[in-house]
Amino acid sequence: MNERTHSVIGLPRRRVDGRAKATGQTRYADDIVMPRMLFAKLLRSPLPHARIVSIETSRAESHGGVHLVLTGRDLPISYGILPVSQDEHALCPDTVRFVGDPVALVVARDEATASDACELIDVRYEPRRTIADPEDALAIEEPRIHAYGEHGNVHKLAAMQFGDIDAAMADADEVFEDVFFYEGNTHLALEQHATVAWLDGDGKLVVCSSTQTPHYLHRALAKALAIPAQHIRVIAAPNGGGFGGKSDPFNHEIAVAKAALVLDRPVKITLTREEVFYCHRGRHPVLMKFRTGVKRDGTITAVDLQTLLDGGAYGSYGVASTFYTGALQTVTYHVPTYRFRGCRVFTNKAPCGPKRGHGTPQSRFGQEVQLDKIAERLRLNPAELRLRILEHPDALTANFLRVRTIGLAECIRRVVAASEFDTRHRRMGRGRGLGLACSSYLSGAGLPIYWNEMPHSSVQLKLDRSGGVTAFCGASEIGQGSDDVLVACVAEVLGIEPFDVRAVTGDTDLTPVDLGSYSSRVTLMMGNAAIQAAERARDILAAAVSRKLDVPASRLVFAERRVFDSENPDQGMTFRDAVCAAEAMSGAVGSVGSYTPPKSEARFKGGGVGPSPTYSYTAAVVEVEVDESTGWISVPRVWVAHDIGRALNPVLARGQVEGSVYMALGEALMEEQAYRRLPPRLSNALVHKFPSMLEYKSLTSLDMPEVFTELVEDPDPAGPFGAKEVGQGPLLPIMPAVANAVYDAVGVRVHEVPITPEKIVKALAELAGGKPGYVGPASFPDIAWPEALMVPPPWEGGTGQATNQRQREKPSGAGAPRR
Amino acid sequence: MTEWSAADRVLLHLSVNGEPVSVAFAPNKTLLEVLREDLQLTGTKHGCELGECGACAVLVDDVPVLSCLTLGLACEGKSVRTIEGVAEGSRLHPLQAAFADLGGSQCGYCTSGMILTALALFEHNPSPTRDEIREALSGNICRCTGYQQIVDAVEAASAIVRQNAPTPSPAR
Amino acid sequence: MIRLPAFDYYAPRTITESVDLLAAHPGAMLLAGGTDLVPNMKRRQQTPPALVSLAGVAELKHRSFGGTHGFGAGLTLSEILRDDAVRRECGALYEAAAQVATPHLRAMGTLGGNLCLDTRCNYYDQSYEWRKAIDFCMKKDGERCWVALSSPTCLAVSSTDTAPALIALGAHVVLVSAAGTRTLSLADLYANDGMQYLTRRSDEILTRVDLPDQAGWRSTYWKLRRRGSFDFPVLGVAAAVKLSADGTIEDARIVLGAVASRPLVSERASRALLGGPLSDEAIARAADLAFAIAKPMDNTDFALVWRKRVTRDFVAYALRQLRGDDMRAVRRQLTRRSLAGLHY
Repeated sequence: MNERTHSVIGLPRRRVDGRAKATGQTRYADDIVMPRMLFAKLLRSPLPHARIVSIETSRAESHGGVHLVLTGRDLPISYGILPVSQDEHALCPDTVRFVGDPVALVVARDEATASDACELIDVRYEPRRTIADPEDALAIEEPRIHAYGEHGNVHKLAAMQFGDIDAAMADADEVFEDVFFYEGNTHLALEQHATVAWLDGDGKLVVCSSTQTPHYLHRALAKALAIPAQHIRVIAAPNGGGFGGKSDPFNHEIAVAKAALVLDRPVKITLTREEVFYCHRGRHPVLMKFRTGVKRDGTITAVDLQTLLDGGAYGSYGVASTFYTGALQTVTYHVPTYRFRGCRVFTNKAPCGPKRGHGTPQSRFGQEVQLDKIAERLRLNPAELRLRILEHPDALTANFLRVRTIGLAECIRRVVAASEFDTRHRRMGRGRGLGLACSSYLSGAGLPIYWNEMPHSSVQLKLDRSGGVTAFCGASEIGQGSDDVLVACVAEVLGIEPFDVRAVTGDTDLTPVDLGSYSSRVTLMMGNAAIQAAERARDILAAAVSRKLDVPASRLVFAERRVFDSENPDQGMTFRDAVCAAEAMSGAVGSVGSYTPPKSEARFKGGGVGPSPTYSYTAAVVEVEVDESTGWISVPRVWVAHDIGRALNPVLARGQVEGSVYMALGEALMEEQAYRRLPPRLSNALVHKFPSMLEYKSLTSLDMPEVFTELVEDPDPAGPFGAKEVGQGPLLPIMPAVANAVYDAVGVRVHEVPITPEKIVKALAELAGGKPGYVGPASFPDIAWPEALMVPPPWEGGTGQATNQRQREKPSGAGAPRR
Repeated sequence: MTEWSAADRVLLHLSVNGEPVSVAFAPNKTLLEVLREDLQLTGTKHGCELGECGACAVLVDDVPVLSCLTLGLACEGKSVRTIEGVAEGSRLHPLQAAFADLGGSQCGYCTSGMILTALALFEHNPSPTRDEIREALSGNICRCTGYQQIVDAVEAASAIVRQNAPTPSPAR
Repeated sequence: MIRLPAFDYYAPRTITESVDLLAAHPGAMLLAGGTDLVPNMKRRQQTPPALVSLAGVAELKHRSFGGTHGFGAGLTLSEILRDDAVRRECGALYEAAAQVATPHLRAMGTLGGNLCLDTRCNYYDQSYEWRKAIDFCMKKDGERCWVALSSPTCLAVSSTDTAPALIALGAHVVLVSAAGTRTLSLADLYANDGMQYLTRRSDEILTRVDLPDQAGWRSTYWKLRRRGSFDFPVLGVAAAVKLSADGTIEDARIVLGAVASRPLVSERASRALLGGPLSDEAIARAADLAFAIAKPMDNTDFALVWRKRVTRDFVAYALRQLRGDDMRAVRRQLTRRSLAGLHY
């Protein structure tokens, strides 16, 4: 079987949902129209932080065409994506925490009526002090945005140490210390979130939504509505883009579900673009400090990382995001000793969460820019430095992450060759430059977000006498091509055409659980589950065909819509006849397959973030042109090579790489989830500076350079047909590569994202004044870190457990400061 | 002179995808709302409703316009073409086939606007260069693809359209 | 979806009908391409009781030739761009119109609409709910100018691309009302007040734009914005010079856009160029003088200090282009495209 050339896998194909998308037939959530359907609008807080004194809804309720007004009283149960952060309410019951926090839902005959009625709701607020940024959050203990967390407005503190950091720094020939800031940004999926909820004829609730995580939404609905999960059906409509922005259970989803329950009529809500900015859950703004010790040959002796995350108003995935800022430093380069300390604070802004690369692009930016500086100081080619210090295949890192295959050396060689990096870097003359950076990313999170020992993905197959195969899986298609992966894996194993397979996905009534489209997990996990299911189906068919043809099952080949004897290919039958034979022999034909990631070797608290079945790797070279007078930046070319293991459909794989580069260039050059604070003596206001597609700058077709993509294929045993992830990793090296290219072009170091002409001009002015030519944060604040978990790395005999875990869990007094 | 008061519902006669259509709607509705809500042509998408993304682009009398900024009232007697009217029966237009085959659609949400806009491009320029394609599509935001495979698709489709053209298309 | 407020709608066929409607319906607003007014209405920045659509007024589509160029205000920007005479003789207008917004918006938006474009501000071009969260601003529903707390006037920014270009070309505009017709220089259409930014009365229709003979003149427009499309200018520089046979500048006009509530004519920069060639020194002097009058505020994209700073560079780009320098590489980096594209 493995010897045979694949007939589906690896070949460029029309994606299974391509036709529907090109003809406008794909039905996104907002496209759903139902008889008797009503429309909902949310009334949102105009204040960044306030206590709700009273809500008077009677005028709205009596407004013509209004059917229902819900407030926080109607939805008292909290929820949240992480078990440790159940801090959200569908409608705020007593406190609003950012401009845009919902306080009421109006359901009416049409959207305009619902909007008008929102204006008729009188909410009396008692303003509370605005916590605008991490500086405020660290300094102001009261008022607290939430009553839970570490203390004051500190949501989460994490500290962990792998080896003797002081000794390892002392052992270094040079220690580099740099501070970086990565501005927040948002997903800006083109589809605005929409949800339709209704009661089916049997009285059960159905919620159809633009969600990347129908399973988690299912759980949140059951909790917040206090009805059994088995009486709720969640359907993930095809998402018009997700990028992480549709991974949380959202206020509007729960509120319209409640409205449908009350009214027994379909209720739809579609957010405006502005409201989507308030849902956010985007990239955390992160201030970070890297201390890195190196030997003269470039070998890293130690990395000591501190991060400070501006979390916004709610927990969301934030605890995981915090750990992710420190998780993946070790899987790219060999880091023998490592310390990570992370802090997430609450502020009165839209909540941050997971965006493509979840928590890792920020520290990747710092690490790769710092490596560029290290290479320069050590007089090494930046590519050569990286090749020297790469982590090894099958390594167990200092923080107990198990690396599998690494194609990064090949990725580096490819982009270096294609861009002629060795002959052009530092030789392009003023105003032009090349920058190189690398990265790695998860092929799926090793642990689910709530503790359980069940599979992360399951696939069910139904075969029948038609010769058709239906593949059921809970995965949700968000544009990344997960339906195509499912169909391709099944068709390949069964030797039929993708067109013979129907994918039914993202429906909690019909499909077995898949945890969702996040952490680049679907291809690997669903793919493996699909292969297992298909192999089991193949065995059922093989047994029947074997008996019918009197050929040993082991000799049967499934290919070209036939099942035949490998030693006598004429001896066989059509796939359809094979299914009929099996159905006749043993009844209805079906199979299931599941995938559970291997157990992590990290057994310390916080070690659940970072493990993955395998990691993808990327290298990129970015070329820039910088005008020295205006600081104007152009990116004429990008070369990127991605270690994908195996490209299941190379057209889609390339699209994921290019799309990642696109989103990365936006982050590198212009995208900002920026806020405006009015003068505090005059106003408490803290608003999103420009919640619009015009002022939130997303690159147009003219701003996007041609990207030269190489897929490095070295099949990974952990992946389906050897495949690793491709949807997120290629984003990561681009931002630091831009920064490094800017340095190559004009000699200034920009330690901040986005890298704008203003910042370059400022740094050039410094440079002209004889200063270093630097733009970035001046310092990292003193944070009272708790005592670090001490985890000896594997080479010091560590077992993956902390030596002081028990002690730390007792009140030690070494934690956060109290007032 | 035509005159409508805010309280009326207007009855409009226009051609949509080649078929005559009469539709009644509130006068403050945009063409986008009329198409999606009154004609159930939900293939036309919306990403901002303010003219900032291009997702709602359609052709009105062969001109690519944003349906979110076009009053329904302004379309009396006009000919509107949406994504539902691009294929010929079950045969995809080369643009549609190329978007599906070459990665031009990922999430698919910008696809309708992209394809309609590219159709208008072909009317004016049957052999666009990659730069010209990028210019023509510069009013359509795509968050998934980085545009490269969209440009690939339009380029490939233009070659097929040229081959298939029975006679040189008349100059406009 | 964001919905439009309710309005009465009139679709006149003639200018006369149009002005009568304006006179009869106080508060009515003119709707041309709708690319500015419709989003503003959706955000409740304007909620006129009535709209007078100019789409069916054929006279506004007229294009006359002769010694001068006359453009009906209802011509779309794409129609202007498809006009070979514009490309040949009115470089600044062509380059300005080609850089407005996006292909779709140029196909919809009209010349008159772009000239009358509402002034823009990050505190103002927001939804009703957003503006409520800052307790509004003086331009709409509020009292204060949040851009500069002590400012007695609104500081919203003139964001039209074609106005600086047409002022540089010496344009006049014709305004028609029920009371009569008047002609004024385009520069006089504007006032430096973000709220009362037009001297056009609410009962008047801007019906046409007239240019003097462009013989001997060459002109250009340079635009600063973040992206290659969509974005409004955060700096526009229009320049026109009339050169004698030996390259001496006989006349010059330098006009800045998006650095105040109206297009700013830099008289001093223009005068400084007269009587000599477009030397590097003359260009630098003019750039300095133009720079001096630019007053960007913190209410658009990009940092205001930087926007002011690069005024010098942009004036120099424009004048170097007029001198005949090959500016294509710089243009390409800034605009991310050639400006020779097609126009629907």
